[in-house]
Amino acid sequence: MSRLSDALAHGEFVVTGEVAPPRGTDLSAMTATMALLGPHCHALNITDNQGASLHLSSLAASRVAREMGFEPIFQQTCRDRNRLALQSDLMAAWTLGLENVLMVTGDDPRSGDHPQAKPVFDIDSTQLLRVAAGMNEGHDMLGRPLKGGTGFFLGAAMFPEAEPWDVQLERARAKVEAGARFFQTQAIFDIDKLARAVEAMHEVGAKVIAGVLLLRSPRAIDFINERLAGLMVPDAIAQRIRRAADPVAAAVELATEQVIAMKEVADGVHIMPLGLTEAVPQILDQAGVGL
Amino acid sequence: MIITRPREWERIRDDLDQIGARAVFIMGCGQCATVAHTGGEEEVLRTTALLERDGRKVTGWAVGEVTCHLGGTRLDARKHADEIAASDAILVLACGAGVQTMADAVAKPVYPGLESVFLGNVVRHGVFEERCQMCGECVLDKTAGICPVTTCPKGLLNGPCGGMWDGKCEVLRDRECVHVKIRRRLAEQGRPVPGVLPPKDYSKKLKPGSVNVRESRAGGGGR
Ligand code: SF4
Ligand code: SF4
Repeated sequence: MSRLSDALAHGEFVVTGEVAPPRGTDLSAMTATMALLGPHCHALNITDNQGASLHLSSLAASRVAREMGFEPIFQQTCRDRNRLALQSDLMAAWTLGLENVLMVTGDDPRSGDHPQAKPVFDIDSTQLLRVAAGMNEGHDMLGRPLKGGTGFFLGAAMFPEAEPWDVQLERARAKVEAGARFFQTQAIFDIDKLARAVEAMHEVGAKVIAGVLLLRSPRAIDFINERLAGLMVPDAIAQRIRRAADPVAAAVELATEQVIAMKEVADGVHIMPLGLTEAVPQILDQAGVGL
Repeated sequence: MIITRPREWERIRDDLDQIGARAVFIMGCGQCATVAHTGGEEEVLRTTALLERDGRKVTGWAVGEVTCHLGGTRLDARKHADEIAASDAILVLACGAGVQTMADAVAKPVYPGLESVFLGNVVRHGVFEERCQMCGECVLDKTAGICPVTTCPKGLLNGPCGGMWDGKCEVLRDRECVHVKIRRRLAEQGRPVPGVLPPKDYSKKLKPGSVNVRESRAGGGGR
């Protein structure tokens, strides 16, 4: 059983961190990030061609994390693979010892570094959750038995701040029905909206790990507002970083406050360091969370 | 209707240069390409001028009534047999189906003069939008008459995706998210939310499609 699912089941406040595989085969920067984040986290998310841009596969990078003694959350997007490849990679993941999977739709290729690519989206993330739940029961998506199934702890993404909430809520419930047991959210700045989402998901028996984005600099904020799908840093928060004499110190302070607030509401935090990995241990330590 | 747009002239020029074509016959189309302003009489005449500017001779032209109709196009080819015989190549201002019909109807080399882009709705005169990709397994019954396969940029059957913000689409930010729109219309009409739609059956859309109504009068049949 995965450590993440175990900790969540026991009501522990969990910490996950996000790691992007390299654009190339040199693993040194990635393993350095893992070595920094890993000891403090219950699990590390390994992204899948994030931003619709070319990276080493999440499958291989997740295995690296595991070999370093950390627990990966293997991320799978629906953008790059059809149903045969997705199922095949899920089986591969299980044989590689990857127990947690996060299913996401994936950004559209036209926003990435290969805008000429054919977007696959053969199945969507809700359908993919159902496929993986079926594999947990020992069969493929057509119901035919597999010689050896899987036992994944299945997660999905959610965006509690995006309106309209009624549509989001219905969608999140559908994901739980399809097999999701935990959610990881996009960056949250509004704790009330987080509380609303957590309450709704607890009703249907799913856990919510709240996203925290480290806002290292005014430039990072511009990048988020312009490039990250859907996401907008609220003005009041952006000003705190923009006006700070030491933006990094301000970012650390802000993130620490956010984690402390989330501790009262959510089942865990998901840290997206955005280039500020070295500050993560300090944030977690000051907030009193993490391993 | 089938929406086409002009092919880059450099490509047409290179195509014709490759076989050293000095004399060209032009075939337009009286249906979609006329409505799209890409292959009607006016565009045929404009293309004539471009070919002549490049130093080629236009031996003749026709605007087929329905250029993708093999019988009709054969007839047109016979009517213009002399002009076609005098040409080195035929340039077709029609969709890819029209180009291939012409290529089947004559012995000369046939070249596309347009790019075929989508099956379009005429929103107003000269404004076309893609609303259907002819997937062979329509879900409009479940989605309040709004096609997610085509109008969600990711083609998701179940949405919205994580990029939706304030009801707007992540990819086309000036547009409403299709899945929000579907939910809204279902609610307005008092219809139930369909639940998770299952993965599409792409075997319903294997290439190349073919339908023979003579063999399947009872409906259904073909793909
Ligand atoms: S679901 Fe969409 S693409 Fe498929 S037939 Fe219906 S309208 Fe066309
Ligand atoms: S925001 Fe809505 S319409 Fe746009 S890609 Fe996502 S699901 Fe599709």
